[in-house]
Amino acid sequence: MKTVCSSTVRPSNLSRRRFVQGLALGGACLGAGLWRPSPAWALPAAGQPDGTSQTDFALEVVDAPVNYTGAPRLATTVNGSVPGPVLRMRQGTTVTLRVANRLRVPTSIHWHGIVLPAEMDGVPGISFPGIAPGETFVYRFALRQSGTYWYHSHSGFQEQSGLYGALVIEPENPPRHHADRDYVVMLNDWSDESPEHIYARLKRQGDYYNRARPTVGDVLRDARHEGALAQRRMWSRMRMNPADLADVTAATYTYLMNGKTPAGNWAGLFRAGEKIRLRFINGAASTIFDVRIPGLKMTVVAADGQDVEPVSVDEFRIAVAETYDVIVEPDGERAYTVFAQSIDRGGFARGTLAPRPGMQAEVPAMDPPVLLSMGDMMGDMHAMHGMHHVGMTMAPMVHHADTERGPGVDMRVDTPRRNLDDPGVGLRDNGRRVLTYADLHSLDAPPDPREPGREIELHLTGNMERFMWSFDGVKFSDAPPIRFNTGERLRIVLVNDTMMNHPVHLHGMWSDLESPDGGFQVRKHTVNVQPAQRVSYAVSADAPGRWACHCHMLYHMQAGMMREVVVA
Amino acid sequence: MAQQTATAESPSAASAPADEHPDMHHMAPTQELPIGHAAMPGMDHAMHEMSMPRAAAGMGDSVDEPMPAMPGMDMIDNRAWASLRVDELEAVHARGGDGQAWSVQGGYGGDLDKLWLRSEGSRRHGGIDDGQVELLWKHAVAPFQDSMLGLRQDIGKGAHRRWLAFGIEGLAPYGFEVEATVYAAASGRMAARLHVRQDWLLSQRWILQPDIELNLYGRDDARAHTGSGLTDTRAGLRLRYEIRREFAPYVGVAWTHRYGSAADYARQAGEPVMERQWLAGLMFWF
Repeated sequence: MKTVCSSTVRPSNLSRRRFVQGLALGGACLGAGLWRPSPAWALPAAGQPDGTSQTDFALEVVDAPVNYTGAPRLATTVNGSVPGPVLRMRQGTTVTLRVANRLRVPTSIHWHGIVLPAEMDGVPGISFPGIAPGETFVYRFALRQSGTYWYHSHSGFQEQSGLYGALVIEPENPPRHHADRDYVVMLNDWSDESPEHIYARLKRQGDYYNRARPTVGDVLRDARHEGALAQRRMWSRMRMNPADLADVTAATYTYLMNGKTPAGNWAGLFRAGEKIRLRFINGAASTIFDVRIPGLKMTVVAADGQDVEPVSVDEFRIAVAETYDVIVEPDGERAYTVFAQSIDRGGFARGTLAPRPGMQAEVPAMDPPVLLSMGDMMGDMHAMHGMHHVGMTMAPMVHHADTERGPGVDMRVDTPRRNLDDPGVGLRDNGRRVLTYADLHSLDAPPDPREPGREIELHLTGNMERFMWSFDGVKFSDAPPIRFNTGERLRIVLVNDTMMNHPVHLHGMWSDLESPDGGFQVRKHTVNVQPAQRVSYAVSADAPGRWACHCHMLYHMQAGMMREVVVA
Repeated sequence: MAQQTATAESPSAASAPADEHPDMHHMAPTQELPIGHAAMPGMDHAMHEMSMPRAAAGMGDSVDEPMPAMPGMDMIDNRAWASLRVDELEAVHARGGDGQAWSVQGGYGGDLDKLWLRSEGSRRHGGIDDGQVELLWKHAVAPFQDSMLGLRQDIGKGAHRRWLAFGIEGLAPYGFEVEATVYAAASGRMAARLHVRQDWLLSQRWILQPDIELNLYGRDDARAHTGSGLTDTRAGLRLRYEIRREFAPYVGVAWTHRYGSAADYARQAGEPVMERQWLAGLMFWF
């Protein structure tokens, strides 16, 4: 039962390895016959009779025993499995989902990325009151879109403790890309600690889980390089940690791929020469993953469920709540490792594509951790020094709201960078072809051609030392709703005044990401904003009602990095 | 193009009731929902089924009316926390006699305001030598600084004076943790204390912490055995091992020094003016 996998990672002690790698057979222990069958990761390939006409779903939110590290725990689950069942639907149908709450506390399910009536969006306190213990809520909505999405709880920290799953909507028309096999690859972060406990610890010590704080040795090493030492001095003067890449790390997390630990090794089978569609979903609470399959090129064909111009890459970063569909064509009788390392290189999720069960490939070593650069803190350094180059996008000084000048905001970026072609910290110049937002171009969904009539600028703000997170320095509870006028086309500008990535999710309406010159780039439901970056997206406010807009890092959202949006 | 901050309200954003949009597309009128239990084999029939559009449920009829969430479902961005931090709890070995010392703080509150308790002192020869307890309002005034306002009560030997306390506590550039407090007692007596410490990470678990504390008094105080001006300093160096971030045993050394008339009082009492102390203790918080 407690087999640990032999991999190239060599932690110094066994218990630590078991913790990071997890149990080979860990996971949700299903009570025999109590629950519906465990999720089927392999979807029938396009063109086959696939049973996706299902329109009625009965879901039970229930505590279920799991064991990922050798310590038995209770997870919050849908139908007893972690992740919950893959829900397969068909575009053009109306689905009914009866969600029964078998917990002792209220719950909810939010259908992430699905355009639906506000009352069906599943955010307690905004779209509905939540689902009380013992009650059943009936969600019913028409599916106007297709693609890879997911669902998760929007109540408390249930999204950390297991309440999530994949949602795949088959297109009405034949899919653009033929695939012989179709797998969901859902990435998650599991902790044996209660998420409330994690949050309380972060409030008391913001860097509690950071195991890469700068040491005296680092400073001495840098002392030999004038520039490095100057940078170190700068970070130190600013009271910032350049290794602050993740709030919650492998110090408490075991990373999961389709509910399997790295030792558990989720496997997808193929026959040589087949085309495989992999539907990557980052369902983690607080972990950004960098994904690659050594030996295979990945052709990215969809982002956040929306088809994009195919782009061939070696690696992509997937922020929390994003989805990417890629097509791979493995050949030969060999296995391939699907490798998803956390942004701070503290740990990884891992699975295998193999022609036969039991085969596995070498697991690559994690990349060395990289520190945040000056650009991650200052934004556009050229602009800062007044060195505008001809042809470069000018980075004008941004305006900061007065509310950003309080104890809750530890930095402000005056000249944020606006380029989308930066893969982000840890992926720059790593010798691999890494996807960036600049590579993503939507094929479908011609956006509303109207020029946005006005702009709403939101600054992503925080204080790592106090673990406070907000928009414009104001927490959710202290902020009035943002108002969209029904029917208007408007622009949301996000300026990241922090050193962390923030995947921002606007519920109910698409975020039409714009290129630095204002052109339409790609249609998304979750837009990751890199440190010291400014991004903008256009929104058609065609969905009356009350919606949420928040950073999808769960602990940032819970700390207040959220707004209610009222479309009226 | 009008630029506005998120908190600004759009003048044209009318507070129209949701009911004015009967054409809210794709809104499934749940009254029409087939609530057929037959469609759900194995489901608990006794279970109350609910599915209510906001208007039908009679709540939040207007978009301006906050939607009541269930208890326990609220965002916790304004929650208050209790915390306790024992920075020093140590056995002291010195020529002048063995003893113990403590430095503890903790309290309850939210991100910006906390009710805070702070205490430090030392014991020797079985009684409290010298100590203070402070009850403070800790208020965030800057990203890295809190103001402290409250009362200090002296305990132990000497005069049990009461002071008003006002200070600043926080993280200074280059990672210096600074506590600076001024005190005012009845009859215009003034005092000040500065405590600075810094963590030097030898590794992620081995941490060397130099610190220095300075005490200043406005006027000579024979009962409290303090002089005027800089009366005493205590400089320390502690090496701790963080078994967990919140639990770290340490060993260390500290040097105490008394100055001016405080030194004279010490000599009269047969106490050392300068003393080196060996320390072994525990740092923990929760």
